[in-house]
Amino acid sequence: MPSPTIDLLAVNRRRRARRHSIALGLLLVLVVVLFGFTLSVGQSVIAPMDVLRVLLGEPVPGTSFTVGQLRLPRAVLSILSGLCFGLGGVAFQVMLRNPLASPDIIGITSGAGAAAVFAIVVLQMSGPVVSLLAVGAGLGVAVLVYGLSFRNGVGGTRLILVGIGVSAMLQSVIAYILSTALSWSLQEAMRWLTGSVNGAQLQQALPLLLALTVFGGVLLSRTRDLEALRLGDDTASALGVRVSQTRMLVIVSAVGMIAAATAVTGPIAFVAFLAGPIAARIVRSNGSLLLPAALVGAILVLLGDYVGQVLLPSRYPVGVITGALGAPYLIFLIVRVNRTGGSL
Amino acid sequence: MTAASIKIPVRVHGIVARSNRTRGLWLLVLVAVLALLSALSVTTGTRDVAWAEIMAALGGGQETIGQAAVALRMPRTLLAVLSGAALGLAGAIMQGITRNPLADPGILGVNMGASLAVVIGVAWFGITSAHAYIWTAILGAGGAAVFVYTIGSLGRGGATPLKLALAGAATSVAFASLVIAIVLPRGDIAGGIQAWQIGGVGGATYDRVVPVLPFLGVGFAISLLSARKLNSLALGDDVAAGLGEHVATARAVASLGAILLCGATTAVCGPIGFLGLVVPHLCRTLIGVDHRWLLPFSAFGGAALLLAADILGRIVARPGEIDVGIITALIGAPFFIWIVRRQRVRDL
Repeated sequence: MPSPTIDLLAVNRRRRARRHSIALGLLLVLVVVLFGFTLSVGQSVIAPMDVLRVLLGEPVPGTSFTVGQLRLPRAVLSILSGLCFGLGGVAFQVMLRNPLASPDIIGITSGAGAAAVFAIVVLQMSGPVVSLLAVGAGLGVAVLVYGLSFRNGVGGTRLILVGIGVSAMLQSVIAYILSTALSWSLQEAMRWLTGSVNGAQLQQALPLLLALTVFGGVLLSRTRDLEALRLGDDTASALGVRVSQTRMLVIVSAVGMIAAATAVTGPIAFVAFLAGPIAARIVRSNGSLLLPAALVGAILVLLGDYVGQVLLPSRYPVGVITGALGAPYLIFLIVRVNRTGGSL
Repeated sequence: MTAASIKIPVRVHGIVARSNRTRGLWLLVLVAVLALLSALSVTTGTRDVAWAEIMAALGGGQETIGQAAVALRMPRTLLAVLSGAALGLAGAIMQGITRNPLADPGILGVNMGASLAVVIGVAWFGITSAHAYIWTAILGAGGAAVFVYTIGSLGRGGATPLKLALAGAATSVAFASLVIAIVLPRGDIAGGIQAWQIGGVGGATYDRVVPVLPFLGVGFAISLLSARKLNSLALGDDVAAGLGEHVATARAVASLGAILLCGATTAVCGPIGFLGLVVPHLCRTLIGVDHRWLLPFSAFGGAALLLAADILGRIVARPGEIDVGIITALIGAPFFIWIVRRQRVRDL
C-alpha cells in the first residue's frame, strides 16, 4: 500500500509533466501562427487561403512571387536558424550551468563568422564549403576556449572571460576582412556584424535542415544526461552519466548547429543567449529546456525579422532588433547573477 | 632573531637604492625607444620617402608627394603618442583604483560607453563639432565607469576582480551591440562611424588633434598627481584610511582623470582596447609597483606601444593599412586571457 507522500509526489510529477507539455504545445502553436502570419501579412495583405494554395504548389497570379519567392524563404530560414541558435545556445548554458556561457558571448559565433567571412571575401567561396569551414572554425574556437580556461577544472567565470577575449580577437579579424573587401557592401557587412535573413533562398535551408536533424537529434537524445549535468558533474556521474563523453557530444553538436546557422544568416545577435532564459521563464517547471528554447529561438528570429521588416519606419535586419533587445537583458542578467550568484 | 630583524631593512634598502637607479635607466631607454619609434612612424608607410624629403617636410615644405606624405604622418604620429600615453596611463590608474589586474578602459566598458554616447549624439542629436564629440564621449565614459563599477560591486564580496571584469566585458558587449543597432540602418552615417568604431589614428589632422589637447592636459595632470593616493589605496581601503587618506575622494579624483583621458582619446580615435591592460603590467615587471614611477612609465610605454602597433599595421598590410585598434586587440586579447588564467580564482 503506497504512502500518501508518494502519491502526492506522483501527482505533482504528473502535473509538472503536463504543464511542460502544455507550454511546449503553446510555443509550437505560436511558431506555426507566426509563420502563417508573416506569410500573409506584410507590406501587402494576402488572404490566408491564397497563401495556403501557394504553399500547396498551385500557381496563384500575383501572390506566387510575393509569398513563394520573398516571404516563404525568409520565414523558413528564420525558423530553422532560430531553432539552431536556440537549441545550441541552451545546450551550452545548461551544460556549463551559466546563462552567460552562450556561444555568442564566448566567441564560438564569432569564430564561425570569421571563418565564413574569410571564405567568402578572401577565398571567394560560396555554398556548402563555407558552412563546413564555419563549423570547423566554431569547433576549433570551442576547443581553444575550453582548453585555455582549463585549470583544475573549468571555472565558469574564467571560461566566460577567456571566451570574451577570444571573441574580441575574432571580431577584430572580421572587422579587418570586411574593411579590406573590394566590394564593400553594407548589406553584406550587416549580415556578418549582426545577422540578417535578407536575400534568403530556399536552398540555403538545406545545410540548416541537415544540421538540425543530425546535431539536434544527438542533443535531444542526450536530454536526460544534460538534465543530470545541471545538478553538477559529480552528482551527474554518480547518477550514471558519462560526463566527459556527454560533454564532448554536446559541444560538438551544439557548435555544429550554431556554426551552420551562422554560415547562412550571420551571427543573429543574442538569439542563442536569450532563448534559454526566456524558455526557463515560460516553462518554469523542472522539465528539459532544450525543445522550449529551440522554439523560443525560432519565435525570436521570426518576430525580430517581422518587426524589422514591417513594423518599423525603415527596414532593419533581424540582428539589429534582437541585438537591441538582448543588450539590456544581458546587463540585467549580470546584475542578477552578481546579486544572487544564481543560474538560469 | 635579532640578526634577522637587522638584516631585513638593510636588504630592503639595497633593493630600493638599486631599483631607483634601474628605474631611471629604464626611463631613459623608454624615452629613447619612443623617440626612435616616432622617427620611424614619420618615415615609414605605404610610400617610401627619401631622407631629403623628410627633412624638407619637417621644415614645412609640401612640394613633392613624398613631402606631403611626411606632412600627413606627423599629426598621425602626434595623435598616436598622445592617445597611447592617455590609454596607458588610464589603464594604470584603473588597475590602481580597483586593485584589479584585469582593469582596462576597454575591458571595463569605459571606451565603449564613450563610443555609444558619441554614436547616439551623431545619430539622434546631429552633433558635428569636435568639442561636442569630446564632451559627449567624456560623459559617456563617466557614465559607463560608474555603471560598471556599481554592477560589479553588487552582491557578496564587493567588486572582486573577476566580477568587475565580467560586468565590464558584458557591458561592453551590450554597448557594442547597441552601437551596431543604432548605426547600421543609418546609411548616411554608417560608413564613417563604422570606420571610427574600429579604432585608429589614420587620417589624423592637426585640426582634429588640437581640440583634445586641453582635455588630455587636465587628464594627465590629475592622473599624475594622484600617484601618491594610489600608493595608499594599494594597501587596502582600511590601511589607506588609517594613513589619513580620504578613500572615496581619492578614488573619485583619480577616476575623473582616467575618464577624461579615455573620453578624449575615444572621441578622436574610436575605442581602442587592451592597450591600458598590457602596458601597466609590462611596466610593473620593469620598475615595480610604486605609482609615482608606474604612472609616467605607463604613459611613455603606452605611447611607444600604440606607435609600434600603428607602424606594424602600416608595414604588414602594404599597400593597405590595418587599423591600430585591430592590432591592439590581436596583441592584447591573448595577454588578457593569460592574466585571467593566471589569476587565482576563489569566488567561482
